[in-house]
Amino acid sequence: MIEAHHLVKRFRDRKRGTVRAVNGVSFCCRPGEIYGLLGANGAGKTTTLRMLATILAPSEGTATVAGYDVVKDPQTVRSRVGFLSTATALYGRLSAQEMVEYFGRLHGLDESTLRRRIDDIFTRLEMNDFRDRRCDKLSTGMKQKVSIARTLVHDPSVMIFDEPTVGLDVMAARTIVGFIRECRDHGKTVVFSTHVMSEVEKLCDHIGIIHDGKLLAEGTLPDLRARYGIQDLETLFVRVVEP
Amino acid sequence: MNLRNIGIVYHKELVDSLRDRRTVISMIVVPLLLMPLLTIGMGALSLTLVDQARKETPRVMILGGADSPGVIAELQQLKDVEVVPANPDFAEEISNKEIRAAVEIPKGFEAKLAAGETSTVKIYMYEGELKSGFGADRLQRFFRELRDRTIREHLEARQLPLSLVRPFDIEQKNVAPPEKVGGAILGGLVPYFVILLCLTGAMYPAMDLTAGEKERGTIETILCSPVSRTHLVLGKFLMVLTASIATAILTITSMAVSFGAGKKLLLGVTQGEADAALQITITGKAMISIFFIVLPLAVFFSASLLALSLFAKSFKEAQSYISPLMIVAVLPAVAAILPGVELSPALALVPVLNTSLVSKEIITGTYQWNLIALIFLSSSVYAVAALAIAVKLFQREDVLFRT
Repeated sequence: MIEAHHLVKRFRDRKRGTVRAVNGVSFCCRPGEIYGLLGANGAGKTTTLRMLATILAPSEGTATVAGYDVVKDPQTVRSRVGFLSTATALYGRLSAQEMVEYFGRLHGLDESTLRRRIDDIFTRLEMNDFRDRRCDKLSTGMKQKVSIARTLVHDPSVMIFDEPTVGLDVMAARTIVGFIRECRDHGKTVVFSTHVMSEVEKLCDHIGIIHDGKLLAEGTLPDLRARYGIQDLETLFVRVVEP
Repeated sequence: MNLRNIGIVYHKELVDSLRDRRTVISMIVVPLLLMPLLTIGMGALSLTLVDQARKETPRVMILGGADSPGVIAELQQLKDVEVVPANPDFAEEISNKEIRAAVEIPKGFEAKLAAGETSTVKIYMYEGELKSGFGADRLQRFFRELRDRTIREHLEARQLPLSLVRPFDIEQKNVAPPEKVGGAILGGLVPYFVILLCLTGAMYPAMDLTAGEKERGTIETILCSPVSRTHLVLGKFLMVLTASIATAILTITSMAVSFGAGKKLLLGVTQGEADAALQITITGKAMISIFFIVLPLAVFFSASLLALSLFAKSFKEAQSYISPLMIVAVLPAVAAILPGVELSPALALVPVLNTSLVSKEIITGTYQWNLIALIFLSSSVYAVAALAIAVKLFQREDVLFRT
């Protein structure tokens, strides 16, 4: 479960002064649901998700993730969250297995549990062929799988994806989309951000349209279509952000 | 403080760094190769050059002396010089290294010698040129011997004792132990190399573990883990410190071995001629003492480099911050080599310079315990302050996500 309450993030910018990258965002995502944050570049998606993953601290407001407060208990929140974005790269000089092991250990898993988890995940994601290959020698698709394995190793109940398919080819993007769906089917709480309309249509149970740091519209896809009387999601999006 | 987490981060960084060619080169290859190369290689090269210069028969020119055939004949009979015909362009020939030296015999030299009158023999040479020096030395030795012989003959003729012109002898003797003699000459160089390599050893891992992570996009990955940022930065710091210390230990060891081997090798080459510069012995006690006195400096370097490169957005930016630091850190280390710079309570508070000076003293076998304690304490304070800054910076979002 994720509940965001009036999240605000201010940055100091040398040219623009104080900037509110996120300006009072509130939403809720339940287990077994996918919540999609839809927005253009610079709308505040990444900052919102980073606050939920406790990589950034909110300037105002708070959120509870898996029952823990992101401001008061960030470390526990991180132990319940799997965070994946195009910015979360792999350590090139570690092998696929070492990479996943490292994060398993940082999550406090004991060696026997870690071994079992890794065997299970590597088999499930068909990663055994490149288990011992260094991450910098892997193809993009293989790297994506290692990143997925890294987010799954501690079996988190909440998954946060920040534009996970940006810059990926069709096959690698499909792997990610399939994985997101699988997370929902396993009863995890899933939030993901994107500016790709087709992904939203394919995956999301709930949609939040974010623009200039504010959540302008929220609801299920049929809800939003009915509310604005527009079937095409792209047109609907433009209508919401440029009324 | 969760030591397990710091240990996990440290272990990963160690494995990661040992697979990085640049870190391995600066941490292991440089100290292991540089020291033997510097000591044995350079030493052997210079000794060979000196040896070669010494073996060469210098070509010398005799100017004047037509009225002193005896002296000319004696000079021409010398086996270790080659006398060439006189030429008014002798100065140019010396400058062009065509001849090594020239001697000008004054008019009526032999007649004046016999009459007991004084005169001046001039030797022309190329100052600072090794081979010319050897040629001039040979000529000077010849005329000194001639002068001594003349004095003896004059005294004998007048039946006077030799002690009349030489009432006493002067003898200069070294009483300092050989380690101190060597220490005074090379003592300043050893800490200079140790401090320099301590810094260069820490440089690459510090940049790689911070700015490098930002550049490669792994910083956000690691920040997703539940480990606290303090533990993360401490794990990273320990890795940088390991690289720094490993470099320092390898340097000291490699230096001690090189000096030992170099002494045997080189002295063999020069047929047992004891060269004062090679009389250096670094004792086990000195090595351990230097290790402990350099330790807080290594912490200081590691933490400062970590903090500086953490601030940088990329490896390149980190390099541009660190290059000036190299100069700032190396200058005090160089200052310690200068003659006359002595350890004092005030200098004991100057970072880098204090460690460099005290290491120099330790190598010469001098232990001023109160100053050593003061230096260890002040260096530790600087080290802790630098580490605190690094830890603090790692908590700051504007530093971690600087765009």
